[in-house]
Amino acid sequence: MLINRPDDIKGSEITPEETYWNRRNFMRAAALVVSAYTTGKIYRQFAVPAAPPAPQQGTKLANVQSATADTVPALNEARTSFEDITHYNNFYEFSTDKSSVARRAQGFVTRPWTVKVDGLVQRPREFDLDDLLKLAPAEERVYRHRCVEGWSMVIPWVGFPLNKLLKEVEPLGAAQYVAFQTLYDPRRLPNQDTSVLDWPYIEGLRLDEAMHPLTILASGLYGQTLLPQNGAPLRLVVPWKYGFKGIKSIVRIKLVGEQPQTTWNLAAPDEYGFYSNVNPQVDHPRWSQRRERRIGEFGLRDTLMFNGYAEQVGQLYAGMDLRANF
Amino acid sequence: MRTDDIKFTRLLLFVNAVVPLVLLAWDGYFHHLGANPVEFATRTTGVLTLVLLFVSLAVTPLRQLSGAHWLIKFRRMLGLFAFFYGCLHLLTYVWFDKFFSVTEIAHDTWKRPFIFVGMASWLLLVPLAVTSTNAMIKRLGGRRWQSLHRLVYLIAIGGVIHYWLLVKADTRVPLTFAAVLAVLLGYRLVKAFTGAPRRPASVLPR
Repeated sequence: MLINRPDDIKGSEITPEETYWNRRNFMRAAALVVSAYTTGKIYRQFAVPAAPPAPQQGTKLANVQSATADTVPALNEARTSFEDITHYNNFYEFSTDKSSVARRAQGFVTRPWTVKVDGLVQRPREFDLDDLLKLAPAEERVYRHRCVEGWSMVIPWVGFPLNKLLKEVEPLGAAQYVAFQTLYDPRRLPNQDTSVLDWPYIEGLRLDEAMHPLTILASGLYGQTLLPQNGAPLRLVVPWKYGFKGIKSIVRIKLVGEQPQTTWNLAAPDEYGFYSNVNPQVDHPRWSQRRERRIGEFGLRDTLMFNGYAEQVGQLYAGMDLRANF
Repeated sequence: MRTDDIKFTRLLLFVNAVVPLVLLAWDGYFHHLGANPVEFATRTTGVLTLVLLFVSLAVTPLRQLSGAHWLIKFRRMLGLFAFFYGCLHLLTYVWFDKFFSVTEIAHDTWKRPFIFVGMASWLLLVPLAVTSTNAMIKRLGGRRWQSLHRLVYLIAIGGVIHYWLLVKADTRVPLTFAAVLAVLLGYRLVKAFTGAPRRPASVLPR
């Protein structure tokens, strides 16, 4: 208890009743204020409300072209705000709390940065990032982004097709898949000290998925370089797959003959398949995938087959059982 | 404890139990709940339900260990606050996730274990809230009332399982809740098996 009755006191020292009650009321008021303040502090400690977006900006990118219409379907949906895209992130290397990633990722150093591209290729090479980005002109690609958790965004990425990089290293005939790897450096990616997932994060695509013109390596969004929380300096974007397939902060791309392992599949094989194509008919075992919450909107939207890119990518999976190959 | 001290302490607990709701509403009003306010409100009310449930479960061990038997006088309010936050938690789901669609909710409850466990735990809380009045305690009789209210152990376990099942990979927080619950329930198990003389619990607050 916060209020104690006074101990035995000599009669001569007894406080006059009026003073006693004043003191008592004062103490009660103080107890109320102090305890409510403390409870509020504790609440704020755990239930962290999104900090007002820090004025983080990337570097303005020059010469960003708009995507050529025949490769990228036009999207008549409002773009998600820059603040939301940069303050609601799944990037477990920094934090498993989506609203904390932006703060934890601040100051992540992305230069110098190299990307090793090897495996079953004619010309394996370790690219300096700035050389890699010169392989093809940067394009703006406005894509839907659907997270496996049931929320979605519309993001104006800046990047270029992954196939431009793959053609540069000349895949051999035996190459069937592409394996990707995130930087492993617990000093810079602090959550890699925990065992929440197996590090480094790894992902993979079938070669034809990787060569598809919609698959891009993104280095920016909203016309600026990527902020660390969005996967700086280079990330994969595969718009018809759940967001976790879009591996961030890539340091290695390897062409291989066998289907590579992927991080979330290793963590929970019955929940996250290798393909992980957006599919409203195949539920995640623990939640429905039929609807999605578009960030910034109040109601729910119906989730679209292949995230709305069925016309462009449907033929990649012709004849495949998408329930078995989820 | 003097009557007016008890009254004051009730007020103190009431104010403190309402503080999180006020802050949640405040943050919601000023758009400080982040990019996904519904998810934030659902998670926060859910965690608050568990916290208040655990605080109410801590009353008996604290009372017995400290000898401060007047603590019992605050248990009902804590339990009712747990129910209150549980209702808000359910409401965020029923309203903002399912938009009051009965078929969607039924489908979801049937197909998804974590929704099922959560729903079941909330439903079990209802009879406890209903029988929390003095009149109901008298009508049921102390012993029967107490047996009924032992459901709270099951509810607390269900609540933790519900939380644990929905987390993707980082189970540290749900496991912390599980550990605390293990202590709270383990205390009662030890008591039951060691057969220490139990002070008859007077459930009626005076």
